[in-house]
Amino acid sequence: MEFNNIEKLLEGYFEGTTTVAEEKMLREYFMKEDVPLHLKNYAPMFQYFSVAKEERFVKQLPLKPRKNSYLKWISVAAVGILVFGIYFGRSYQEQKKAEFAYRETKKALSLLATNLGRGTEKVAYLKEFEEAKQKIYNRN
Amino acid sequence: MQQTEFLDVILPFKDKLYRLAKRLLVSKEEAEDATQEILMKLWSKNKKMNGYNNVEAYAMIMTKNFCLDRLKSKQAANLRLVHTNYKDENVSLQTQVEVRDSLCWIEKIMETLPEQQKMVLQLRDVEHYEYAEIAELLDMSSSAVRVSLSRARKTVRDKLVQKHNYGIQ
Repeated sequence: MEFNNIEKLLEGYFEGTTTVAEEKMLREYFMKEDVPLHLKNYAPMFQYFSVAKEERFVKQLPLKPRKNSYLKWISVAAVGILVFGIYFGRSYQEQKKAEFAYRETKKALSLLATNLGRGTEKVAYLKEFEEAKQKIYNRN
Repeated sequence: MQQTEFLDVILPFKDKLYRLAKRLLVSKEEAEDATQEILMKLWSKNKKMNGYNNVEAYAMIMTKNFCLDRLKSKQAANLRLVHTNYKDENVSLQTQVEVRDSLCWIEKIMETLPEQQKMVLQLRDVEHYEYAEIAELLDMSSSAVRVSLSRARKTVRDKLVQKHNYGIQ
Protein backbone atom coordinates (compact mmCIF):
# COMPACT_ATOMS: atom_id res chain seq x y z
CA MET A 1 0.00 0.00 0.00
CA GLU A 2 1.15 3.52 -0.72
CA PHE A 3 2.82 5.55 1.95
CA ASN A 4 0.86 8.69 1.38
CA ASN A 5 -2.39 6.97 1.76
CA ILE A 6 -1.39 5.36 5.04
CA GLU A 7 0.05 8.58 6.34
CA LYS A 8 -3.08 10.42 5.49
CA LEU A 9 -5.14 7.76 7.17
CA LEU A 10 -2.95 7.94 10.25
CA GLU A 11 -3.41 11.66 10.42
CA GLY A 12 -7.14 11.24 10.22
CA TYR A 13 -6.97 8.45 12.75
CA PHE A 14 -5.41 10.66 15.38
CA GLU A 15 -7.94 13.38 14.68
CA GLY A 16 -10.76 10.88 15.05
CA THR A 17 -12.08 11.39 11.53
CA THR A 18 -11.48 7.97 10.04
CA THR A 19 -14.29 5.51 9.51
CA VAL A 20 -14.43 2.01 10.89
CA ALA A 21 -13.46 0.60 7.49
CA GLU A 22 -10.44 2.88 7.20
CA GLU A 23 -9.31 1.90 10.66
CA LYS A 24 -9.58 -1.71 9.65
CA MET A 25 -7.27 -0.97 6.73
CA LEU A 26 -4.78 0.62 9.10
CA ARG A 27 -4.87 -2.38 11.42
CA GLU A 28 -4.32 -4.77 8.57
CA TYR A 29 -1.47 -2.68 7.25
CA PHE A 30 0.33 -2.68 10.57
CA MET A 31 -0.18 -6.39 11.10
CA LYS A 32 2.19 -6.98 8.19
CA GLU A 33 5.90 -7.28 8.70
CA ASP A 34 7.22 -4.74 6.23
CA VAL A 35 6.30 -1.48 7.87
CA PRO A 36 8.65 1.42 7.03
CA LEU A 37 10.83 2.54 9.88
CA HIS A 38 9.28 5.91 10.55
CA LEU A 39 5.86 4.29 10.95
CA LYS A 40 7.11 1.40 13.03
CA ASN A 41 6.35 3.24 16.23
CA TYR A 42 2.66 2.99 15.54
CA ALA A 43 2.67 -0.71 14.80
CA PRO A 44 2.36 -1.98 18.40
CA MET A 45 -0.67 0.19 18.94
CA PHE A 46 -2.65 -1.41 16.12
CA GLN A 47 -1.31 -4.83 16.86
CA TYR A 48 -2.40 -4.46 20.43
CA PHE A 49 -5.97 -3.64 19.42
CA SER A 50 -6.14 -6.80 17.36
CA VAL A 51 -4.68 -8.85 20.19
CA ALA A 52 -7.01 -7.28 22.73
CA LYS A 53 -10.01 -8.40 20.73
CA GLU A 54 -8.94 -12.00 21.13
CA GLU A 55 -9.64 -12.09 24.83
CA ARG A 56 -12.50 -14.35 25.77
CA PHE A 57 -14.81 -14.72 28.69
CA VAL A 58 -14.37 -18.35 29.71
CA LYS A 59 -16.01 -18.50 33.10
CA GLN A 60 -18.97 -20.84 33.41
CA LEU A 61 -22.28 -19.26 34.22
CA PRO A 62 -24.16 -20.91 37.09
CA LEU A 63 -27.57 -20.52 35.51
CA LYS A 64 -30.43 -22.11 37.35
CA PRO A 65 -33.57 -23.21 35.54
CA ARG A 66 -36.19 -20.54 35.73
CA LYS A 67 -39.23 -22.66 36.61
CA ASN A 68 -37.69 -23.27 40.01
CA SER A 69 -39.40 -20.33 41.64
CA TYR A 70 -42.70 -21.45 40.20
CA LEU A 71 -42.33 -24.87 41.75
CA LYS A 72 -41.29 -23.35 45.03
CA TRP A 73 -44.48 -21.37 45.36
CA ILE A 74 -46.61 -24.32 44.40
CA SER A 75 -45.00 -26.42 47.11
CA VAL A 76 -45.52 -23.65 49.66
CA ALA A 77 -49.20 -23.54 48.73
CA ALA A 78 -49.44 -27.32 48.91
CA VAL A 79 -48.00 -27.38 52.42
CA GLY A 80 -50.43 -24.67 53.48
CA ILE A 81 -53.38 -26.59 52.11
CA LEU A 82 -52.19 -29.76 53.80
CA VAL A 83 -51.92 -28.08 57.21
CA PHE A 84 -55.35 -26.53 56.85
CA GLY A 85 -56.74 -29.82 55.67
CA ILE A 86 -55.42 -31.69 58.67
CA TYR A 87 -56.66 -29.04 61.06
CA PHE A 88 -60.16 -28.75 59.65
CA GLY A 89 -60.37 -32.44 58.84
CA ARG A 90 -59.83 -33.28 62.45
CA SER A 91 -62.55 -30.95 63.71
CA TYR A 92 -64.89 -32.33 61.05
CA GLN A 93 -64.21 -35.83 62.23
CA GLU A 94 -64.91 -34.81 65.82
CA GLN A 95 -68.21 -33.42 64.74
CA LYS A 96 -69.01 -36.67 62.97
CA LYS A 97 -68.14 -38.61 66.08
CA ALA A 98 -70.39 -36.44 68.23
CA GLU A 99 -73.24 -36.89 65.78
CA PHE A 100 -72.76 -40.62 65.86
CA ALA A 101 -72.84 -40.63 69.66
CA TYR A 102 -75.95 -38.50 69.63
CA ARG A 103 -77.68 -40.83 67.24
CA GLU A 104 -76.72 -43.88 69.30
CA THR A 105 -77.99 -42.27 72.46
CA LYS A 106 -81.19 -41.31 70.75
CA LYS A 107 -81.66 -44.86 69.57
CA ALA A 108 -81.08 -46.21 73.04
CA LEU A 109 -83.47 -43.72 74.53
CA SER A 110 -86.15 -44.51 71.99
CA LEU A 111 -85.69 -48.21 72.70
CA LEU A 112 -86.17 -47.45 76.35
CA ALA A 113 -89.21 -45.38 75.53
CA THR A 114 -90.90 -48.18 73.52
CA ASN A 115 -90.21 -50.62 76.29
CA LEU A 116 -91.66 -48.23 78.77
CA GLY A 117 -94.67 -47.85 76.49
CA ARG A 118 -95.11 -51.55 76.48
CA GLY A 119 -95.00 -51.45 80.30
CA THR A 120 -97.78 -48.87 80.47
CA GLU A 121 -99.90 -50.96 78.09
CA LYS A 122 -99.59 -53.83 80.46
CA VAL A 123 -100.49 -51.52 83.32
CA ALA A 124 -103.58 -50.52 81.32
CA TYR A 125 -104.59 -54.15 81.20
CA LEU A 126 -104.08 -54.28 84.90
CA LYS A 127 -106.37 -51.32 85.30
CA GLU A 128 -109.10 -53.03 83.31
CA PHE A 129 -108.67 -56.12 85.40
CA GLU A 130 -108.97 -53.96 88.50
CA GLU A 131 -112.18 -52.37 87.19
CA ALA A 132 -113.67 -55.72 86.30
CA LYS A 133 -112.73 -56.96 89.71
CA GLN A 134 -114.37 -53.95 91.32
CA LYS A 135 -117.59 -54.55 89.36
CA ILE A 136 -117.68 -58.12 90.52
CA TYR A 137 -117.07 -57.03 94.09
CA ASN A 138 -119.78 -54.43 93.95
CA ARG A 139 -122.31 -56.88 92.56
CA ASN A 140 -121.71 -59.23 95.38
CA MET B 1 -36.76 -17.87 27.66
CA GLN B 2 -34.93 -21.11 28.15
CA GLN B 3 -31.35 -21.47 29.26
CA THR B 4 -29.99 -22.49 25.87
CA GLU B 5 -31.85 -19.68 24.17
CA PHE B 6 -30.40 -17.21 26.64
CA LEU B 7 -26.88 -18.50 26.05
CA ASP B 8 -27.39 -18.05 22.32
CA VAL B 9 -28.48 -14.47 22.85
CA ILE B 10 -25.50 -13.52 25.00
CA LEU B 11 -22.93 -15.48 23.01
CA PRO B 12 -22.09 -12.75 20.46
CA PHE B 13 -21.40 -10.05 23.01
CA LYS B 14 -20.35 -11.67 26.26
CA ASP B 15 -16.68 -11.35 25.30
CA LYS B 16 -17.23 -7.68 24.58
CA LEU B 17 -18.66 -7.21 28.06
CA TYR B 18 -15.70 -8.99 29.53
CA ARG B 19 -13.18 -6.92 27.59
CA LEU B 20 -14.86 -3.69 28.57
CA ALA B 21 -14.92 -4.79 32.20
CA LYS B 22 -11.29 -5.77 32.02
CA ARG B 23 -10.35 -2.46 30.47
CA LEU B 24 -11.99 -0.61 33.32
CA LEU B 25 -11.19 -2.89 36.23
CA VAL B 26 -7.76 -4.04 34.93
CA SER B 27 -7.74 -7.25 36.96
CA LYS B 28 -8.76 -10.40 35.14
CA GLU B 29 -10.57 -11.91 38.11
CA GLU B 30 -12.54 -8.80 38.83
CA ALA B 31 -13.52 -8.47 35.20
CA GLU B 32 -14.71 -12.07 35.20
CA ASP B 33 -16.74 -11.52 38.34
CA ALA B 34 -18.24 -8.36 36.93
CA THR B 35 -19.17 -10.05 33.67
CA GLN B 36 -20.72 -12.93 35.52
CA GLU B 37 -22.69 -10.54 37.68
CA ILE B 38 -23.99 -8.68 34.64
CA LEU B 39 -25.00 -11.86 32.85
CA MET B 40 -26.74 -13.17 35.95
CA LYS B 41 -28.64 -9.91 36.26
CA LEU B 42 -29.62 -10.23 32.63
CA TRP B 43 -30.72 -13.81 33.23
CA SER B 44 -32.79 -12.85 36.23
CA LYS B 45 -34.86 -10.50 34.08
CA ASN B 46 -34.86 -12.61 30.96
CA LYS B 47 -38.65 -12.53 30.78
CA LYS B 48 -38.47 -8.84 30.07
CA MET B 49 -35.55 -9.22 27.71
CA ASN B 50 -37.68 -9.68 24.62
CA GLY B 51 -38.87 -6.14 25.20
CA TYR B 52 -35.43 -4.64 24.74
CA ASN B 53 -34.72 -4.09 21.09
CA ASN B 54 -30.97 -4.10 21.59
CA VAL B 55 -29.85 -6.47 24.31
CA GLU B 56 -26.20 -5.93 23.51
CA ALA B 57 -26.34 -2.16 23.99
CA TYR B 58 -28.32 -2.64 27.16
CA ALA B 59 -25.78 -5.11 28.51
CA MET B 60 -22.90 -2.83 27.59
CA ILE B 61 -24.48 0.05 29.49
CA MET B 62 -25.04 -2.24 32.46
CA THR B 63 -21.40 -3.31 32.37
CA LYS B 64 -20.16 0.25 32.12
CA ASN B 65 -22.27 1.40 35.05
CA PHE B 66 -21.42 -1.63 37.12
CA CYS B 67 -17.67 -1.20 36.60
CA LEU B 68 -17.74 2.52 37.26
CA ASP B 69 -19.65 1.90 40.48
CA ARG B 70 -17.16 -0.76 41.44
CA LEU B 71 -14.27 1.61 40.79
CA LYS B 72 -15.89 4.36 42.78
CA SER B 73 -16.49 2.18 45.79
CA LYS B 74 -12.99 0.78 45.57
CA GLN B 75 -11.41 4.17 45.34
CA ALA B 76 -13.27 5.22 48.42
CA ALA B 77 -12.40 2.04 50.30
CA ASN B 78 -8.73 1.46 49.67
CA LEU B 79 -5.65 2.91 48.16
CA ARG B 80 -4.94 2.08 44.59
CA LEU B 81 -1.64 0.77 43.45
CA VAL B 82 -0.18 3.12 40.94
CA HIS B 83 2.39 1.77 38.55
CA THR B 84 2.79 4.81 36.39
CA ASN B 85 5.70 6.25 38.30
CA TYR B 86 7.59 3.04 37.85
CA LYS B 87 9.83 2.90 34.80
CA ASP B 88 11.07 -0.28 33.30
CA GLU B 89 14.82 0.23 33.00
CA ASN B 90 15.62 -3.06 31.33
CA VAL B 91 14.58 -2.54 27.77
CA SER B 92 15.15 -5.79 26.03
CA LEU B 93 17.47 -5.95 23.06
CA GLN B 94 15.65 -8.70 21.31
CA THR B 95 13.06 -7.37 18.96
CA GLN B 96 10.61 -10.16 19.65
CA VAL B 97 10.55 -9.43 23.31
CA GLU B 98 10.42 -5.79 22.44
CA VAL B 99 7.27 -6.21 20.43
CA ARG B 100 5.60 -8.11 23.24
CA ASP B 101 6.83 -5.45 25.60
CA SER B 102 5.31 -2.74 23.48
CA LEU B 103 1.98 -4.50 23.55
CA CYS B 104 2.16 -4.62 27.33
CA TRP B 105 3.12 -0.99 27.34
CA ILE B 106 0.05 -0.06 25.43
CA GLU B 107 -2.04 -1.91 27.94
CA LYS B 108 -0.26 -0.03 30.71
CA ILE B 109 -0.61 3.26 28.89
CA MET B 110 -4.30 2.64 28.45
CA GLU B 111 -4.60 2.01 32.15
CA THR B 112 -3.44 5.54 32.79
CA LEU B 113 -6.12 7.12 30.62
CA PRO B 114 -9.19 8.62 32.25
CA GLU B 115 -12.16 6.24 32.42
CA GLN B 116 -14.09 7.89 29.65
CA GLN B 117 -11.21 7.86 27.18
CA LYS B 118 -10.49 4.26 28.13
CA MET B 119 -14.03 3.27 27.26
CA VAL B 120 -14.12 5.25 24.05
CA LEU B 121 -10.84 3.78 22.87
CA GLN B 122 -11.92 0.29 23.84
CA LEU B 123 -15.27 0.53 22.11
CA ARG B 124 -13.87 2.11 18.97
CA ASP B 125 -10.51 0.53 18.35
CA VAL B 126 -11.04 -2.88 19.88
CA GLU B 127 -14.74 -3.46 19.34
CA HIS B 128 -15.12 -1.26 16.23
CA TYR B 129 -18.35 0.46 17.26
CA GLU B 130 -19.67 3.41 15.26
CA TYR B 131 -19.54 6.87 16.79
CA ALA B 132 -23.30 7.01 17.12
CA GLU B 133 -23.34 3.72 19.04
CA ILE B 134 -20.59 4.83 21.38
CA ALA B 135 -22.35 8.13 21.93
CA GLU B 136 -25.50 6.29 22.92
CA LEU B 137 -23.71 3.84 25.19
CA LEU B 138 -21.71 6.44 27.04
CA ASP B 139 -24.42 9.07 27.05
CA MET B 140 -22.28 11.61 25.19
CA SER B 141 -22.64 13.56 21.98
CA SER B 142 -20.99 12.21 18.83
CA SER B 143 -18.57 15.10 18.64
CA ALA B 144 -17.60 14.62 22.28
CA VAL B 145 -16.84 10.99 21.47
CA ARG B 146 -14.66 12.09 18.58
CA VAL B 147 -12.73 14.57 20.69
CA SER B 148 -12.27 12.12 23.50
CA LEU B 149 -11.14 9.42 21.10
CA SER B 150 -8.67 11.72 19.37
CA ARG B 151 -7.24 12.71 22.72
CA ALA B 152 -6.93 9.12 23.86
CA ARG B 153 -5.21 8.03 20.65
CA LYS B 154 -2.78 10.92 20.78
CA THR B 155 -1.96 10.22 24.42
CA VAL B 156 -1.26 6.59 23.64
CA ARG B 157 0.89 7.55 20.68
CA ASP B 158 2.86 10.17 22.58
CA LYS B 159 3.52 7.89 25.52
CA LEU B 160 4.49 5.05 23.23
CA VAL B 161 6.93 7.25 21.34
CA GLN B 162 8.31 8.42 24.66
CA LYS B 163 8.89 4.83 25.73
CA HIS B 164 10.55 3.92 22.47
CA ASN B 165 12.87 6.88 22.57
CA TYR B 166 13.66 6.14 26.16
CA GLY B 167 15.21 2.88 25.12
CA ILE B 168 17.30 4.50 22.40
CA GLN B 169 18.45 7.75 23.89
